[in-house]
Amino acid sequence: MVRASLYVWYHADNCGPGYGIKILLRDFSPKAKKGRPIVTNSALSAILRNNESALLNAWLSEQKSIRNRSSISDAELQQQSREFLQLLQQAVTESGDLVRGDIETNAYRGLRRFLEEITASRTQQGASPSETARFVFSFKTPLFAEIRSKMPDSVQQIEAFTDITSLLDNLGLFVTEAHQKARESVILRQQEEMLELSTPVVKLWDGVLALPIIGTLDSSRTQTIMESLLERIVETGSEIAIIDITGVPTVDTLTAQHLLKTVTAARLMGAECIISGIRPQIAQTIVHLGVELGDVITKASLADAFRIALQRSNYAIVKRTATSSAARA
Amino acid sequence: MDRIPILRMGDFLLITVQVDMHDRLAISLQDDLTEQIVRYNARGVLIDISSLDVVDSFIGRMLGNIAAMSRVLDAQTVVVGMQPAVAITLVELGLSLPGIRTALNVERGMQILRAETARNNPELLEEEPVAGPDGMV
Repeated sequence: MVRASLYVWYHADNCGPGYGIKILLRDFSPKAKKGRPIVTNSALSAILRNNESALLNAWLSEQKSIRNRSSISDAELQQQSREFLQLLQQAVTESGDLVRGDIETNAYRGLRRFLEEITASRTQQGASPSETARFVFSFKTPLFAEIRSKMPDSVQQIEAFTDITSLLDNLGLFVTEAHQKARESVILRQQEEMLELSTPVVKLWDGVLALPIIGTLDSSRTQTIMESLLERIVETGSEIAIIDITGVPTVDTLTAQHLLKTVTAARLMGAECIISGIRPQIAQTIVHLGVELGDVITKASLADAFRIALQRSNYAIVKRTATSSAARA
Repeated sequence: MDRIPILRMGDFLLITVQVDMHDRLAISLQDDLTEQIVRYNARGVLIDISSLDVVDSFIGRMLGNIAAMSRVLDAQTVVVGMQPAVAITLVELGLSLPGIRTALNVERGMQILRAETARNNPELLEEEPVAGPDGMV
């Protein structure tokens, strides 16, 4: 009796409108007064345990009927569904007395981990969040059908539906969140890879490095660029580095400051930097912003910068004239 | 107390920082160096910091001070072999060390010193600078 009244209060506190009727029904129901067992975890656990294969089959056919373009094989789906059923039953048995929607407890740890795993694998296979969440939500139909047949009492049914809905909803939301997290980790990894890929330092000649920058220059990117350039300067012993900013769409004061920092750091190590590839629009912006480039050598094109670099390293480019090539032949 | 050795190579003084530069060591280096520039009438100072991988603002400023003092005493300063991490740190600290010549390694640094000295003192052009008999001062 005590448990029954507590249960009523739990629902009265936590649920929205419409539950007043339920409480009234309960209070006037003759069975309730006799201390009839309400929907507990043990009841749900028994249903899950005793009807496992029936539930599994019904669930699988349900999933197959709504599955559209999922690439998961039937065997895999069956294995995943069975494991989910077992883990759910285990979690329900372990977690206290009443069926609650709280899946953050220790009892659900195994189930949560399992859901995270299958979500991660489905995300990699390109499943959409709703497809992934439907794996959990589709379990409602067979489970409700089972409850309908096992619990004749309508009040019991309604309570069971409410509790199980909130439980499965939370599991479904958990799957959606896990899907989101998996996507985010993929995006993060791709960002890092792009950052790595976007800063190649190429050797143009003995002692001459070139750093073609493509894309916007922000702080983190400048850091990567600066580090890779300085590492390469040490590695190759180059005295001249050409920073080509043809691919940088806009230059603001911050970008200019980042560039100057890179130039200064290279100078501190004993290498000289030439900035090339300054487009007319960017030249105007630099002057309008009042950016002081100091004594940094700037050139309009990479070719000009390369010519200067070769001059500084005491190389000369000589064009072979018609007479000299004739003499060779 | 340990000191950073200053080696004499002809007209130049060679300093190789092999240990962690702590503040007192930097100050004693400054004292020793100015004294030796005057004593040997040195034309150039080469500081090799390739084994230095940690700097703070104090050491950065000390390098700048040493260069400025040497210039007052008519000696060129070249800092060689700065590590990328050190360069980045100094730039982030706002210490761009203006007025200091830099080079990638000792060899290039010596080339710069020779070229500078030859330009400033044409009478020295005839003979190559010769190291002292012991090298150590």
